[in-house]
Amino acid sequence: MLDMKVMPAEDDKAAAELAPKVVARGVNVHYGEKHALKDVNVDIPRRSVMAFIGPSGCGKTTFLRCINRMNDTIPGCKVTGRITIDGEDISDPALDVVQLRARVGMVFQKPNPFPKSIYENVAYGPRIHGIATGKAELDAIVIGSLKRAGLLEEVKDRLGDPGTSLSGGQQQRLCIARAIAVGPEVILMDEPCSALDPIATARIEELIDELRANFTIIIVTHSMQQAARVSQRTAFFHLGSLVEEGETSQIFTNPIDRRTQDYITGRFG
Amino acid sequence: MTDAADTGPAIRVIDTTSEAARRRVRTRYRAERRFKLYGLAAIGFSALFLVFLITDIVVKAMPSFTISSLSLEVPVKADTVNPDGSSDPAVIARGDFDKAVREALFARFPEASKERKSRRVIQGLLSSGAADGLRRRVVADPGLIGTTVPVDAILSDDADLYLKGLVTRTLRIAGTTNATPSATSGSVTILLDANALAGDLETVRQAMRQEGEVAQENADRVEASLGRYRARLAEAQSTLDALKSSGTTEGLAVAEANAQKLQSDVASLTSQVEGLRQRAETSLARANTTGGLERLDAALPSILIAINGGMVKATSIGADRIEGDVLLPLASTGTAGKGAWSKIVLETPEGNRKISDTEVALLETLGQAGLTRSRPNWLFFASGDSREAELAGILSSLVGSALTMIITLALCLPVGVLAAIYLEEFAPKNRLTDLVEVNINNLAAVPSIVFGLLGLAVFIGFFGVPSSSPLVGGLVLSLLVLPTIIIASRAALKAVPPSIREAALGVGASKQQAVFHHVLPLATPGILTGTIIGMAHALGETAPLLMIGMIAFIVDVPTSFTHSATVLPVQIYLWSDLPEVGFQAKTAAAIIVLLLFLFAMNGLAILLRRRFERRW
Amino acid sequence: MANKTHIVSSYEAELSELDNKIAHMGGMTEQLLASGFDALIKRDPALAERVIANDKMVDAYNHEIEEKAILTIAKRQPMAVDLRQIMAALRVSNDLERIGDLAKNIAKRALAVASEQHPRSLMAGLGHMVELALHQLKDVLDAYAQRDAEKALAVWRADAQIDAMYNSVFRELLTYMMEDPRNIGLCTHLLFGAKNIERIGDHTTNIAETVHYLATGTPLTDDRPKSDTTSSIVIEPKAD
Repeated sequence: MLDMKVMPAEDDKAAAELAPKVVARGVNVHYGEKHALKDVNVDIPRRSVMAFIGPSGCGKTTFLRCINRMNDTIPGCKVTGRITIDGEDISDPALDVVQLRARVGMVFQKPNPFPKSIYENVAYGPRIHGIATGKAELDAIVIGSLKRAGLLEEVKDRLGDPGTSLSGGQQQRLCIARAIAVGPEVILMDEPCSALDPIATARIEELIDELRANFTIIIVTHSMQQAARVSQRTAFFHLGSLVEEGETSQIFTNPIDRRTQDYITGRFG
Repeated sequence: MTDAADTGPAIRVIDTTSEAARRRVRTRYRAERRFKLYGLAAIGFSALFLVFLITDIVVKAMPSFTISSLSLEVPVKADTVNPDGSSDPAVIARGDFDKAVREALFARFPEASKERKSRRVIQGLLSSGAADGLRRRVVADPGLIGTTVPVDAILSDDADLYLKGLVTRTLRIAGTTNATPSATSGSVTILLDANALAGDLETVRQAMRQEGEVAQENADRVEASLGRYRARLAEAQSTLDALKSSGTTEGLAVAEANAQKLQSDVASLTSQVEGLRQRAETSLARANTTGGLERLDAALPSILIAINGGMVKATSIGADRIEGDVLLPLASTGTAGKGAWSKIVLETPEGNRKISDTEVALLETLGQAGLTRSRPNWLFFASGDSREAELAGILSSLVGSALTMIITLALCLPVGVLAAIYLEEFAPKNRLTDLVEVNINNLAAVPSIVFGLLGLAVFIGFFGVPSSSPLVGGLVLSLLVLPTIIIASRAALKAVPPSIREAALGVGASKQQAVFHHVLPLATPGILTGTIIGMAHALGETAPLLMIGMIAFIVDVPTSFTHSATVLPVQIYLWSDLPEVGFQAKTAAAIIVLLLFLFAMNGLAILLRRRFERRW
Repeated sequence: MANKTHIVSSYEAELSELDNKIAHMGGMTEQLLASGFDALIKRDPALAERVIANDKMVDAYNHEIEEKAILTIAKRQPMAVDLRQIMAALRVSNDLERIGDLAKNIAKRALAVASEQHPRSLMAGLGHMVELALHQLKDVLDAYAQRDAEKALAVWRADAQIDAMYNSVFRELLTYMMEDPRNIGLCTHLLFGAKNIERIGDHTTNIAETVHYLATGTPLTDDRPKSDTTSSIVIEPKAD
């Protein structure tokens, strides 16, 4: 295995594989007067799941939304600092936000399928990005995405039904299928299971585990158990600061910071 | 933590069984019931008003949905309708069809038609549009020239109203005794069996008595106010005297004028009282006489006697005879038996109605001959405005309204929706957009007549858009409706859940794609509702259109956007202002048409909303 | 221990109840060990019977703590320090139960040797061992109650002393046996008693390790100073 004659290019590839996917340095977010995020530094490894935990209003969702520049849509929101994906600075104003969002997919707290057919929901992203060149290719993308989202078996006979006719868990998986249809590198999930029952939650968690092989997933969750179950690394946010970040196994058994400890053991406040 | 457990709230048992508690519950239930009742009462009250309004309008409009016409056999002679014999439709169209119809009618009354005066009365029964139908038919088919054509000639509105029973209550009583007229023309006395008319005589006297009593009452009332005026006059006089004796000039002129005015008031009231007293006296005196003949004047119900093919107007009646003037010559002086003659009582005195007894006599004769008939008034929906109530139709204003609405919609919908989308989704939130927003809201509250003035000054005065055209009307109404549509559209856009926007942005749609692919379709039902409300508002608007000349009298149906036109509400306004009774029904009918137009628009809105509605 | 309390007060109560039970159980185990040895020295069969009976109560405590711990895990899904506390309680109670068993074993030997006469001097080394073991046990229970990693570490290190003592007692007893074969029966029992006490010392170090993990979150990974060399001791009969 450790052959001495490894080609330099392969060596580079291996190094690139080990380098973090998303790197944040000194990220600050202000909503008007409010300092919502304070000097966040974090490395998010590729092909793994990173969980953000923390009490409500701690800035975890704000940080998540910095990664696909969703905060741009909020008036009065100012983001400073540097976030890079594969070394490319995404906070560069010259960067096309639409293309960034094609690379960084997002799944929201409440399942929000478009009020269109299941097929249209998944096909929308590829269509506006011109990913598919023909109907056949688009069909393949839709079917493939639904399959990867574990939804195909349940909906294959009714792709024309409205997406909103599905159950909550199915809707959320449809949203995931919609996100992966564009072929993103990073998937952001903002409390994807908070509106779902435990069975649907388990399905989504299983799906996240599968998707980890191909995508870099960042998930915000309020359920510490969920963070412990699905993530490899966990970051704890409190009052706009990143308090602690580390291996999930360490964070949940032996956190270093007292605030993390208090939060995860339910001693907060 | 243990402290918290110690100082926690004490467990309290809610009292549910005591009398006070039961009373509280009862009070609560009562309050709820009361509130429900208030609500029901409010709904019932408004429903009642609506029913009342609709019923009133429908009842008033009923007469205008039928029209009276006269079935005549009209000989179409070449020399009257086609004088140069060219058979050219343009020439035929100029032919004197009125004369043809007129003469067909004269033929029914050969005796009466001998005099010019009565000829004019007879032809007055026909509408000025009586020959229009015939003209159209002959122009379309010149082969009819030289034949006798059955024509439904429209009657004048007075005749029409009389036949619909809107002018007077008419009693037609078959004669119960034998009647013998003394002559066939001029003054005539009809002798009846003894006391055959005692009842009528009594009725007439009753009417007299009533009139006398009313006059007396009025006299008393006026006299009472006269007394007050006298007192005030005396007071004014004494003030004047006091001023004069004190020698002050201040207020003297005012006091003098006041006294003078009161003096003249007193004088006029005094003469009024005298007149009333006199009328009361004579009326009562006549009512109290017994036997003899009673003279019928214009203030009393008219009595017409149809006998021996002619018509006699009673001028005085006695218990066993009727004296009167012949309106239509009688065929003979023979005795008419029971049921062979009849008495027609017109309850409204001749002086109080537009249609004369002679005209009534003609109509009654025609009616007895079975020539008058009532038919649905399609003309109302197929013609433009007219000075003649029986010819006036709604079509020109209906088309005017439709054309105006098309212009308004074509301008408002794109401009309003695009403005709303820009303001709601794209505009930066700064002082300028705030200002724009405030101004849009203000515009929605500007009185509509101001838009009319603006339209007059800008569109007509500056841009030279033809006045009273649907184009300028539509432009002005667009200004009026635009704020409504913008506000409604913004509300509809705002109501679309942000999650849909985020979902679209999240898969990499641009802002514009998110809005046009997802937000706008979801907002469409709301936008349509707002638009229809705005359009309905515009449809019912009158004031600004008055300013830009759409109040004109338009006979022709407008065929283009620059043609002079009027619109439904203005037409209603115009008709409601006309003195002719016939137009009252037209006004109500036009209101119904306007309401139906509105219902149709709302129906369309509901249909569109259903079609576009999507759940999310 | 965290000075902040849980938001859910019943959770807090459950955790402190576990601690209380461990403390009780520890006290009982100490008592058991002291009494068991007393019975051996004084050759008091009645006391030995009591010790054997009391061990049942220690077992019952162990069961109770296990049940409570499992129930708390199921209900609360504890994290971090709480999770460690519950796991520690489980392990400590297990160790204490084993210590109880070993104390019972000593008491059983007391019954077996009750009828035999033997010089007191035979017991001296064993007595020191028990004293030290009791001291260790007390210290480690204190360390547990105070979440004191230092104290636990001290206990952990001090186990070498017991091991050393065990070595010397082992040699001593072997010597006695060689001197006089009549001592063999008694000395074998005592030898096993000493082994039991040495085992108690090992369980005490286990508890110390648990306490260290509980307090710091990191396991003790260094090799413990082992000085029990008895497994390799060969005593040649003196060739005289």
